[in-house]
Amino acid sequence: MANPQDKKNGAAGGFIYLPLIAGWLVPGAGHFLLRKWGRGTLLALSILGMFGIGIAMQGKVYAGAHDILEILGLAGDLGNGLLYVISRAAGWGADQVTITTGDYGTRFIVVAGLLNVIAAVDAHNLRTGRKT
Amino acid sequence: MFHPSHFTAVLLFALFASVVFGITQRETPRRMARYGLYCFVLFVGAAIVLSWLMFLIAR
Repeated sequence: MANPQDKKNGAAGGFIYLPLIAGWLVPGAGHFLLRKWGRGTLLALSILGMFGIGIAMQGKVYAGAHDILEILGLAGDLGNGLLYVISRAAGWGADQVTITTGDYGTRFIVVAGLLNVIAAVDAHNLRTGRKT
Repeated sequence: MFHPSHFTAVLLFALFASVVFGITQRETPRRMARYGLYCFVLFVGAAIVLSWLMFLIAR
C-alpha cells in the first residue's frame, strides 16, 4: 500500500532512489520529480549560479587526485553530477589557478557540488516521507 | 571572465549557500525564508568580523 506521504509528494510507486539520483545528476531535478516546483527552481538557480560563476571566475575543475586536498576537491566537484561531466568534456575552467579570483572560483565549483548533494538528499527525504 | 571584488564574492557565496540551506534544513516556507536570512547574515557578518580581526592583527 502506498504511503500517504508519497502520494502527497506526487511520488507514489516507482524507484525510491530516483529523486536522489536525478537530483545529483541535474540540480533541482529531484524536487521537480516530486512536483516541488518552487523549491526545485530556487535550488537549481542557486547551484547552477554558483557553478557558473565559479567557471566564469576561471576556477579549476579537478581532473585527477594526486594529494589529499585534490581528492577532497575532486569529491566536491563530482557532486555536480552531469555539470562536472559537461565541464570536463567542454574544457571549462582553468588548468592552473593563476589569479586570486580563480582560487575563489575553484571553491565556488566545489561548494556547488556539495550543495547539490545536500539538495539531492533533501529530495530523497521528501520522497521517503522523512520530510514534508 | 568575471573578476568580482572579495566582498562581492562573499555576498554571492552567502546568497547561494543560504538559499540551499534554507530550503533543505527547514520544512515550511516561512521558516525556510527565516533560516536562509539567518544563514546569510551569519556568513556575511562572520566575513566582516574576521576581516577586521585580520586587519587589526596585521597592523
